[in-house]
Amino acid sequence: MNSEPPGFELVFDADGNASLLLTGDWVEGQKPAAFAILRSDLYSSSTHQLVLDSSRLGSWDSTLMAFLLQCHNYCQDEDIDFQATDLPTGADKLLAVATAVRAHIPPQEPSKPWLSAFNPARLAKEAVDNLSESLGFIGEVAIALTKLVAGKSNTRMVDFKNFCYQAGPEAFGIISLTSILVGMILAYLGAVQLLQFGAEIYVADLVVIGTLREMGALMTAIVMAGRTGAAYAAQLGTMQTNEEIDAITTMGISPIEFLVVPRMLALVAMMPLLTIYADLLGIVGGGIVAGGMGITPLQYINQGETALQFSHFFIGLIKSVIFAVLIAVAGCRSGINSGRSSAAVGQAATEAVVTAIVYLIIADAAINILFQQIGI
Amino acid sequence: MVTENVSPGSEVHIEIRDLTMAYGSFVIQRDLNFNVNRGDIFVIMGGSGCGKSTLLKHMLGLISPTSGDILYNNESFVNASPDLRGKMRQCWGITYQSGGLFSAMTLAENIALPLQLYTRFSSAEIADIVAYKLALVGLAGYQEYYPSEVSGGMRKRAALARAIALDPEILFFDEPSAGLDPISSRLLDDLIVEMQESLGATVVMVTHELPSIFDIANNSVYLDTNTRTMIGYGNPAELRDNSDQAVVRQFLARGIAAPAEEQHP
Repeated sequence: MNSEPPGFELVFDADGNASLLLTGDWVEGQKPAAFAILRSDLYSSSTHQLVLDSSRLGSWDSTLMAFLLQCHNYCQDEDIDFQATDLPTGADKLLAVATAVRAHIPPQEPSKPWLSAFNPARLAKEAVDNLSESLGFIGEVAIALTKLVAGKSNTRMVDFKNFCYQAGPEAFGIISLTSILVGMILAYLGAVQLLQFGAEIYVADLVVIGTLREMGALMTAIVMAGRTGAAYAAQLGTMQTNEEIDAITTMGISPIEFLVVPRMLALVAMMPLLTIYADLLGIVGGGIVAGGMGITPLQYINQGETALQFSHFFIGLIKSVIFAVLIAVAGCRSGINSGRSSAAVGQAATEAVVTAIVYLIIADAAINILFQQIGI
Repeated sequence: MVTENVSPGSEVHIEIRDLTMAYGSFVIQRDLNFNVNRGDIFVIMGGSGCGKSTLLKHMLGLISPTSGDILYNNESFVNASPDLRGKMRQCWGITYQSGGLFSAMTLAENIALPLQLYTRFSSAEIADIVAYKLALVGLAGYQEYYPSEVSGGMRKRAALARAIALDPEILFFDEPSAGLDPISSRLLDDLIVEMQESLGATVVMVTHELPSIFDIANNSVYLDTNTRTMIGYGNPAELRDNSDQAVVRQFLARGIAAPAEEQHP
């Protein structure tokens, strides 16, 4: 295509009025003429009128229009009479439409120093707010649960069953994989140390106690936080976006009873079962590693039995119930408080997983210290 | 991209040939045959659930037809290679029912995206063009707002600004004025006409807003829910007065009964 580069010439007449001659093809692919040059020319000339002359203008597209809009805005700000009557058809209309509404001036927000995000006072306040909100949420759930027990709740049992299926059988695959591997890792870790003392048989004790008391429940909870907690946040966040939660509220149904209680109960019902399953597979995984070190299955089981105490198993189960409540609270709270856009739903899911994992670790540490103190 | 003034009705721009649309074995519309001329404002209308939006999705290539063809500038779109389809799509501007703006981007970033992808403009030039496109839809100064921070009508206009970012040849609208108040809806209609006239673009819109249809459309097609095919094709005002189908006349007269002898044949 044989096209001329775009340009302009500013011509002044005897009265000091300026006319702007547009030349060349103002289309994409050409280096457009810079408005900054025109602005400085106009600024130094202190003219009161700018007349457009497009007699030598070739083809044009949005590049020209963007330039003309800047001319118009500058002339408006500087009280210069901008006459753009001599424009090709189409361009005059577009300029008229583009300049019909005055530009909106966004309110100035005080800019925050970059490091303010790390202000310890603010971080502490956020953490306290977050915690108190979570406690408030747990309170609301407790009220909803008492209503459920009294038979006055709007919780649908169909939902509960569906969520049980999603949080239980559908999670078997991932729980199987993680728990076997964690059992193996535990056994490896212990074996390396115990071999030095010729005490490798105690790998069985290590795996049984470690899995039952700690790893079975914790690993299941972390997997479920990423899997089910995030799903709850995304579901409720999308419902918030679609105004479904508004609809539920205006029907006189508590969203907590209708949406949160079935999810939480399903998780509370399924997590202990998943934990027992994970315990079993974790011990099997440890057994595989023990087998590789020359411990026969019979020895492993015998040694494991001596380490097996009901209290270990019981502590794991208690943890799993507490973890289930924490995951459901983190997931549902983030979902219900989510903003109404797709970005906000993503944020809610992230927040749900992060909060859940923080809660899990803190709760786990607290429970361990508690049981240590009371000597179980 | 360069603007030319084209009088409506001179040249076929989009051609729908024997198009049949189905979800599995469920036929939505069959045997659709119509042309959209260059510079037309063309309306696809019909009752709820008749397949208007589905037809639009077929025209956009989001769904493949069961049989038949769609031609743009006498070139088959259905049988085009993915590369060619991509090229054809660059000449289109599309606004979706709820805007389709990316919520994680500001309005300026939304409009800049197609410019960054398909043009060689520098970022300063893109910023100027974005300012111009926003000014065109009456949103000058709203560059740094996120879609969630502006009203529904402003979102629709911002979506229009994104659709015209590349000075398209064809503008597609899915229910442009749904959910807008009468004044905003009228302003949007005016804007569509202005864009069509000054860009010389062809406009294809799905709508059942009668005032819009009569105000701005010069050609239309009516899709029937019961017979699952098109039963009206032509200027909407003429269809309202002279269509041989009572359903079409009723639709365009907002359900007020058509002459009795034709209602009960």
